[in-house]
Amino acid sequence: MSAVLDPQQEAGSIDAVDRRIIVATQGGLPLDPQPYHRLAERLELPVAEVMARLQRLQDGGVIRRIGAVPNHYRLGYRGNGMSVWDVPDADIRELGRRIGALEFVSHCYHRPRHLPHWPYNLFAMVHGHDRAEVMMKVARIAELLGGAVRDYDVLFSSRILKKTGMRLA
Amino acid sequence: MNAASARATAIGLDTLDRRIVNRLQDGFPVSERPYAAVAAELGTDEATLIARLQALLDAGILSRFGPMYHAERLGGGLTLAAMAVAPADFERVAGQVNAFPEVAHNYARDHELNMWFVLATETPRRIAAVIREIERVTGYAVYNMPKKEEFFVGLKFTV
Repeated sequence: MSAVLDPQQEAGSIDAVDRRIIVATQGGLPLDPQPYHRLAERLELPVAEVMARLQRLQDGGVIRRIGAVPNHYRLGYRGNGMSVWDVPDADIRELGRRIGALEFVSHCYHRPRHLPHWPYNLFAMVHGHDRAEVMMKVARIAELLGGAVRDYDVLFSSRILKKTGMRLA
Repeated sequence: MNAASARATAIGLDTLDRRIVNRLQDGFPVSERPYAAVAAELGTDEATLIARLQALLDAGILSRFGPMYHAERLGGGLTLAAMAVAPADFERVAGQVNAFPEVAHNYARDHELNMWFVLATETPRRIAAVIREIERVTGYAVYNMPKKEEFFVGLKFTV
């Protein structure tokens, strides 16, 4: 069965068996002394294959990591600001890498502008215990970017309207 | 007691809980007895680690424990999109946008662009169709902001 490759293989370098493993672990890993054995039983696959595939998916970057996701609000991180920056496109890769390396930035991306309403092309999510702490961290980003910044803003989330996460069918 | 440990105590976390929350954000082995291996690192035992982890999940301190997948490498489409919705229409539009199963997250933000959502689709091509459909149903323009390049994803919330 694992010899038959799914069409998904080329697009995402995952096959049908990988996909079954992904679907089975979307809700989390079993809280059992041998979680990969329990997973293998449920999928009716050899445990060595399940472990090898998980390792391969991780090595290939399909799995970013295996671990815990805290509810950051519950941990006291109530300030969550999306800082957005207008920097020259020519410098954005260098600047983005430097901002992404800051320990308080969780996501850092180059995204398209929508002129004239939206001049910002560099996005950096900044977390802190309150808005004042976020603004102090944003000031550090501004300092780091220096003269490259033409304009910036910080958008705080005022309400979560939906949070279900991504799910494969 | 420092500020971090005072905050952790306030939400009911003891020293072992904190070490578990911090350690499990760094990754988890693919091995025969992974909980036993991590427990040994933390100076506790397998059964205690599993019980504590279950309690942290039940209490909502951790929202999830397991593999985190890179959406695009699964072959799907992913984008961030925003709308500038009039306050009088905000609840109606939020309901209409949230009704799309492709909307994974939706946040109200303080800005003229006041509604920001993440779309996740089975294929990259579906993104444009879902955006057109959201525009049709809500009557508002959707600003699509797919990432051009990712510089960093990941964050450790230390307690």
